[in-house]
Amino acid sequence: MGNGSSMLTQYDIEGVQEHCSNTFSQQEIVSLYQRFCQLDRSGGGFISADEFMTVPEIAVNPLSQRLLRMLDGLNFKEFVLFLSAFSSQASLQLKVEFIFKVYDSDGNHKVSFNDVLDILRDLTGQFIAEHQREHVLTKVLEEAGYRKDSVLVPADFMKILGSSVLKMEVEVPVD
Amino acid sequence: MNKLNTSSSELDLDGPNIEDYLPSGSIQEPHGELRLRDLLDISPTLAEAAGAIVDDSFTRCFKSNPPEPWNWNIYLFPLWCLGVVVRYMILFPLRVMVLILGWIVFLSCYFPVHFLLTGQEKLRKRLERGLVELICSFFVASWTGVVKYHGPRPSMRPKQVFVANHTSMIDFIVLEQMTAFAVIMQKHPGWVGLLQSTILESLGCIWFNRSEAKDREIVARKLREHVHGADNNPLLIFPEGTCVNNHYTVMFKKGAFELGCTVCPIAIKYNKIFVDAFWNSRKQSFTTHLLQLMTSWAVVCDVWYLEPQNLKPGETAIEFAERVRDIISVRAGLKKVPWDGYLKYSRPSPKHRERKQQSFAESILRRLEEK
Repeated sequence: MGNGSSMLTQYDIEGVQEHCSNTFSQQEIVSLYQRFCQLDRSGGGFISADEFMTVPEIAVNPLSQRLLRMLDGLNFKEFVLFLSAFSSQASLQLKVEFIFKVYDSDGNHKVSFNDVLDILRDLTGQFIAEHQREHVLTKVLEEAGYRKDSVLVPADFMKILGSSVLKMEVEVPVD
Repeated sequence: MNKLNTSSSELDLDGPNIEDYLPSGSIQEPHGELRLRDLLDISPTLAEAAGAIVDDSFTRCFKSNPPEPWNWNIYLFPLWCLGVVVRYMILFPLRVMVLILGWIVFLSCYFPVHFLLTGQEKLRKRLERGLVELICSFFVASWTGVVKYHGPRPSMRPKQVFVANHTSMIDFIVLEQMTAFAVIMQKHPGWVGLLQSTILESLGCIWFNRSEAKDREIVARKLREHVHGADNNPLLIFPEGTCVNNHYTVMFKKGAFELGCTVCPIAIKYNKIFVDAFWNSRKQSFTTHLLQLMTSWAVVCDVWYLEPQNLKPGETAIEFAERVRDIISVRAGLKKVPWDGYLKYSRPSPKHRERKQQSFAESILRRLEEK
């Protein structure tokens, strides 16, 4: 007996749509709301990390802890804004900025060598030695014209990632 | 209420490789020299996570889809109201009476048989079986159950085990009215537990406790003993281990398939037009579920007894389990998902995350050498 879209008024839907700059259609927002209510089992208005972790696909993702930190305590509007980077309507810049935010865990708009190393560690686990990780990272940084003590800003990310194809889209099921 | 714990006691998904089922998002397409953008581009992993946030096949298995309300216009609404009156005021009391009558008949026959016929084991067992089948028929009648059985009825032979897909505890009752199976079930609290420890015990039923780690070995041993005993009732196992919403099947546990016997698959499909028989144990107690069934029009389902299967040479128990799951899913029109039903109660083993990490790490190291 889930909550139907009768809980969201047209006014609410438009508000959310505006907040995410029209990256989702109204129908998609209704679907996302049903999903939000389905995951928010305790009905607290936000989805807790535990509630997210009941989805096995999320639990096995190597970056789940980081993403859960970003999703912590978000209400529905913010939840949709978070997902807007994955919409087919999202611009490349939006996607690159999202990736930057994932790296920039302390929120100071700067990504250091250690920030990149942290994510690399999440993605490779115990299967690469720590010193090897540092070595690989230093090497590719230098190749790209940066130094180990360089600090990356969003513009750098745009330069590095902007030319490749970012496979970062998600389809919202609309029934 | 549902505490998820990362159980180190292997909630072991020793099943087929999940990666074969999940939408492909191999973290990197490895080719050519390693560049900074290859390391910085975490978009595939992020997309996988976002995809799971938006929709995932596991949650879908346990979603009870409420039917579209059809009583929304001025002509249909009074009809629906009339229907409610008939169901609650006429059918429900009748059904309760049928059930009470059934219990009276059953209990007045069962206790004498059980306690007085202690000398004649064979006769007593036969009568007890007949009585259990009787009370189950009363139960089915109390929801106006219309069950169509297809295929040859199960025969009482040693070294065979029956497996079926699981939607609700009523699966057991629906099957039991035809054949007195001994079933393996989760031990429940309340009146269900009482029934389990008394009457069902005499049928040879086996209980387990999901949350107990050591339980597995004990249960495996009990299963083996039961199946090899010549005089025991045929054993019925629900290998999914939990109730699923009758649109999907989750992975079968291999326990039933490594007992060294023939496995006879049974497929059960409920017709949702009349009532949704899925027991969402997170949302309702069994009593509420039964009351819901007793106030609907009917429970209509099909039961197919399928061809017995044996382990093929060179097949592992897991492959055997998947093959039988396939047979059942096809027959009942259910979709297969690669998840272990117990993930309802526990988190996935870290093995899966590690597999992803390993494949990414290996691709990096490989491309490093491609200079």
